[in-house]
Amino acid sequence: MTGANTAINLSVFGIFVLLTLYIVYRASTRNVSASDYYAAGSSFTGTQNGIALSGDFLSAASFLGISGAIAVNGYDGFLYSIGWVVAWLIGLMLIAERLRNTGRYTMGDVMAFRMRQRPVRAAAANATLVISLFYMIAQMAGAGGLMALLLDVHSKVGQAIIIAVVGIVMVLYVLVGGMKGTTWVQIIKAVLLILSVTLLTIFLIGKFGFDMSAMLDRATQKSPLGEAVLAPGVKYGGSDLSKLDFLSLALALVLGTASLPHVLMRFYTVPNAREARRSVVWATWMMAIFYSCTLVIGFGAMALVGTDKITGAPGGENSAAPLLAFQVGGTVLLGIVCAVAFATILAVVAGLTLTASASFAHDVYANVIKHGEADPRDEVRVARITAVCVGVLAIAGGIAANGQNVAFLVALAFALAASANLPTLLYSLFWKRFNTRGTLWSIYGGLTSCVLLIVFSPAISGSKSSVFPDADFAYFPLSNPGIVSIPLSFLAGFLGTILSKEPADPAKQSEMEVRGLTGIGSGLR
Amino acid sequence: MTKALPSVSRPATPGFATFDERHHSLLIDGDGEPDFGAIQTSEDFLALKRRVTRFILPATLLFLAWYVTFVLLSAYAADFMSTPLFGTVNVGLTMGFLQFVTTIIITMAYARYSKKRLDPQVEKVRALAETDEELA
Repeated sequence: MTGANTAINLSVFGIFVLLTLYIVYRASTRNVSASDYYAAGSSFTGTQNGIALSGDFLSAASFLGISGAIAVNGYDGFLYSIGWVVAWLIGLMLIAERLRNTGRYTMGDVMAFRMRQRPVRAAAANATLVISLFYMIAQMAGAGGLMALLLDVHSKVGQAIIIAVVGIVMVLYVLVGGMKGTTWVQIIKAVLLILSVTLLTIFLIGKFGFDMSAMLDRATQKSPLGEAVLAPGVKYGGSDLSKLDFLSLALALVLGTASLPHVLMRFYTVPNAREARRSVVWATWMMAIFYSCTLVIGFGAMALVGTDKITGAPGGENSAAPLLAFQVGGTVLLGIVCAVAFATILAVVAGLTLTASASFAHDVYANVIKHGEADPRDEVRVARITAVCVGVLAIAGGIAANGQNVAFLVALAFALAASANLPTLLYSLFWKRFNTRGTLWSIYGGLTSCVLLIVFSPAISGSKSSVFPDADFAYFPLSNPGIVSIPLSFLAGFLGTILSKEPADPAKQSEMEVRGLTGIGSGLR
Repeated sequence: MTKALPSVSRPATPGFATFDERHHSLLIDGDGEPDFGAIQTSEDFLALKRRVTRFILPATLLFLAWYVTFVLLSAYAADFMSTPLFGTVNVGLTMGFLQFVTTIIITMAYARYSKKRLDPQVEKVRALAETDEELA
């Protein structure tokens, strides 16, 4: 990219990695218990955890992707951010406090609370692993693409090495720091990210005399689409089918966010439900600020850099924010923005690795294999080994997916979470009769229908931007499966429950309801 | 909703949790564990449930309806959404930004409501079963 100063980029990034590794090392305790490793001993405050939550959620896809989508598609890019902000209300009012009160370390704790332990935990772990891996591979592949853009690394081998380095650093964070270390990395990164976008936004808006209308006016002049970029329909307005696709996406965004396993696991790092609530309040504020800023940054990039220059740059849409930074602040600001983008990828994948390893060790190893009688030390050991395996898988997957159209993987992770997790969580928290079969049907029903619909969607085959452009088995016309798979999962959970002869366990149901609302019996204060 | 006393509520279905020797008012079973069935049917817990539902049900329906309206208008009423409001800022962008604003408003309202109306009631229910947990 023009004017990219590799030395500055690398050194800012290097400083971040060294600093965070040091902090992770300092934060770590020598003899970690399961609670330390999975939930940082529940020692974070709501404020800290809220900032970390927003850090977990603001991936490079949201920073570079959303500002780029706005810079190119205008209004239609903005739609993503709205779904992602509004979604936190579900987390706040329906999930956070109840999850904190009923579970200990994983999503499986809550889903299996009043069901038969082994099958439900295995199902919850399957969902967690699938969702986390999809999400992680997308992030890792994104790291490769980002490098091409920012460091002028264009050879596939060079990018593969960078993906591997990202993977190794993330595994180090997780192994050395556990949840505590990972949370601190998230906090540092989130603060850096929010600070830099806020400053950039204030600067941009100041450049246009604090007049949003003037900025938009200029933006429309610089876009080949003219006034149309400010209206809906640039990307999704074509046919009835693309409108439906858009509805499906909107649904997955709003319902998937609060049921992503790595977001759910964050609620265990605080001591009680009140702090869990406070976390979401903080996270919501951070999100609203962040996405308001990306709106300005996106249109600012359109106005100052110009859509044509952005789409022509090596990273395409993703290069909007870095190009804008270079335009307004030269190489130093570019270096900072790039470093923040790296840091973002690194921190998000570390969080995902931790979640996946916790789910395997706590749900599968300790409860399915060892019937709930595993030595906690062995459990942590298994979690660490899993973290390394997940890291290797993510590196391999990231290298394989490098250069592919990976945006759909992120959207898929949201659709998967909304289909497999949300119906199950809501049913088990709010529906008395819900039982083991219903749980299994809604998890697996949502998971498999969602994966199948994606396999047969235009994202995989049949169009120029597909993964396999030469084959055509796109029998399902939408790229986003949510509009079908989410209702299907609700239906499966309902049918599974009423068709099962096994009644729900009333004693466990009482315990779950009382504990969910009040924390009685959880040992939390 | 106005309870005169920090009353000791009895379970609506009497019969158990009565023979414990620790304290006659606590809803705990013979082993000193909280008696969840009795707590679930106690007046204080039902009141807590009502208060929770009274807020989250309408609030959830409201924000989902508002979000879906916005999404549907964006998809199927592009002309309306592109009507300019202030200068070049149109209805769609304004409504989108208002989604942020309403999210923040509902969030803060819930935080406030919880603090004022839910947390004290949670304490009341917890007092029904002050078990060994605090000692442990």
